[in-house]
Amino acid sequence: MPSLFRDTWLVFQRSMLLTLRNPTWVAVGLAQPLYYLLLFAPLLKNVRAPGMAGGNAAFAFFIPGLLTQLALFGTLFVGFGLIGELRDGVIERMRVTPVSRFALLLGRALRDVVTLVVQAIVLVVISIPFGLSVHFGPLLLVLCLMVLLALLGASVSYAVALILKSEDALAPLANGVAMPILLLSGVFLPMAAAPGWLQGISHANPLRYAVDASRDLFAGHITTNAVYEAAIILLALTVAAVIWAARRFARSVS
Amino acid sequence: MIIETTALRKSFRSRKGTVEAVRGVDLAVAEGQVFGFLGPNGAGKTTTLRMLATLLAPDGGSAVVAGADLRREPGEVRRRIGYVGQNGGTWREATAREELVLQARLYGVSKADALRRAARSIEAFQLDTFADRKTVTYSGGQKRRVDIALGLVHDPLLVFLDEPTTGLDPASRSHVWDEVRRLRGEGMTVFLTTHYLDEADALCDQIAIMDGGLIVAEGTADELKQQVEGDVITLGFGPDGAEAVVAAEKLLATEPYARRAERADTDLRLYVAGGATAMPQLMRVLDGNDLTVESVELHRPSLDDVFLARTGRSLRD
Repeated sequence: MPSLFRDTWLVFQRSMLLTLRNPTWVAVGLAQPLYYLLLFAPLLKNVRAPGMAGGNAAFAFFIPGLLTQLALFGTLFVGFGLIGELRDGVIERMRVTPVSRFALLLGRALRDVVTLVVQAIVLVVISIPFGLSVHFGPLLLVLCLMVLLALLGASVSYAVALILKSEDALAPLANGVAMPILLLSGVFLPMAAAPGWLQGISHANPLRYAVDASRDLFAGHITTNAVYEAAIILLALTVAAVIWAARRFARSVS
Repeated sequence: MIIETTALRKSFRSRKGTVEAVRGVDLAVAEGQVFGFLGPNGAGKTTTLRMLATLLAPDGGSAVVAGADLRREPGEVRRRIGYVGQNGGTWREATAREELVLQARLYGVSKADALRRAARSIEAFQLDTFADRKTVTYSGGQKRRVDIALGLVHDPLLVFLDEPTTGLDPASRSHVWDEVRRLRGEGMTVFLTTHYLDEADALCDQIAIMDGGLIVAEGTADELKQQVEGDVITLGFGPDGAEAVVAAEKLLATEPYARRAERADTDLRLYVAGGATAMPQLMRVLDGNDLTVESVELHRPSLDDVFLARTGRSLRD
């Protein structure tokens, strides 16, 4: 076990170093939600729908969704970097050393978690002038949700990348999956406004629970069903995804 | 023996069906040797190497590598061996020194020790002029030296080098050869694959020739060459000799002194019992049939002739 922590730390340090040497993608990842915040959120002031209030409350409704969107797009594409590492032989080189296979995944995923949390904090700070009210305790819980989402999204992306081993195959898949997940999560408009069948489908979407829970948390409600549901569902999915991805790292990479 | 394998096998399933890449390899490699796997692309050299380095699980057979059982204690094997893949494995944005330090730390050594080891490798492999630049800026030869240094930073008992000189210019190639000789001088066992005849000939104490997933011959370079008895006469018919070479093959193959004839382009290779006595006789046959030879060469069998004798094909093709 100590070697797992040590190895994870080593892999994390190296991944983080490389990310900091080429931080363009971190900035690009943050640009998208900022566009939504500046160019789309103002429209919501005049929109009335079940489960959402107008005026400045529209920002309080929209920003939790933006954070989840950031988590989705920030992590679902991390597999691209891994395919480059596969091609350069880095993964093979690591696999011949006694390094823990879990560490190969966790070190990288931890880098993605740290990147996302920093992006999320920047987004929250920028949102405060737009009328978002922030309470420290609930915000901490929102960031915990972000950590789970990042681990989940990054693990899935890495596992799929290790299976497909090609950017050309990963790009359409990631794009094809990201859009419906995003639309069915209620990021833009509350799912309560959707017809019954659409609401039904949206319950199969893990991101929806994250969006609902962070809305409750930003509103200052910590002990709601949505928060519990999100915690349980995301925790279970994350554990499963991490185990799946670590197994892919342990298997042959030829 | 630092490596001993019994009936090691591996097949791959693809859409086109099952490919038996390695079909039962028995090996015994003594400590302190440079052991070479010689064979064409697709012979199963890399697959065997990857199995021995714990990167691929064998389908059958057993192996003991550096004193640890390959299938039961792969972690122990990893601790004792080094492995340098065909294309190396460095991050483009990291420097050689950073890579060496990380690599040493992955084997469990402290940060201070890792820094010391990295400095030592940089000196031993003469990386000092570029060790603190990003690897993306390296030449092919520089990168290969870093790759090899990475595989050795933890002082393994045994190192696997997969095609260590493929794609290198002649100067870098001889540099790698020097490194391999230095390692052997330090008592390390080096297991390498190559498809270059001269590399196997010049570098390896022991050679196993592989083809179609099997070892078809094994021994020192001299032992292998002695397996091909007699001499080899190569007749060159020049660029316009396409017809002549066919005619010559037909005529000479039935001569009593000819053991075997092989055609490669407009060259004819004739395996004979005694070159000195066969030469004048075959020249008479060719003259009598108005066949003009441009060049004649008499030589001792090479490793390629061994390969040809065992497989019916030339490695040069």
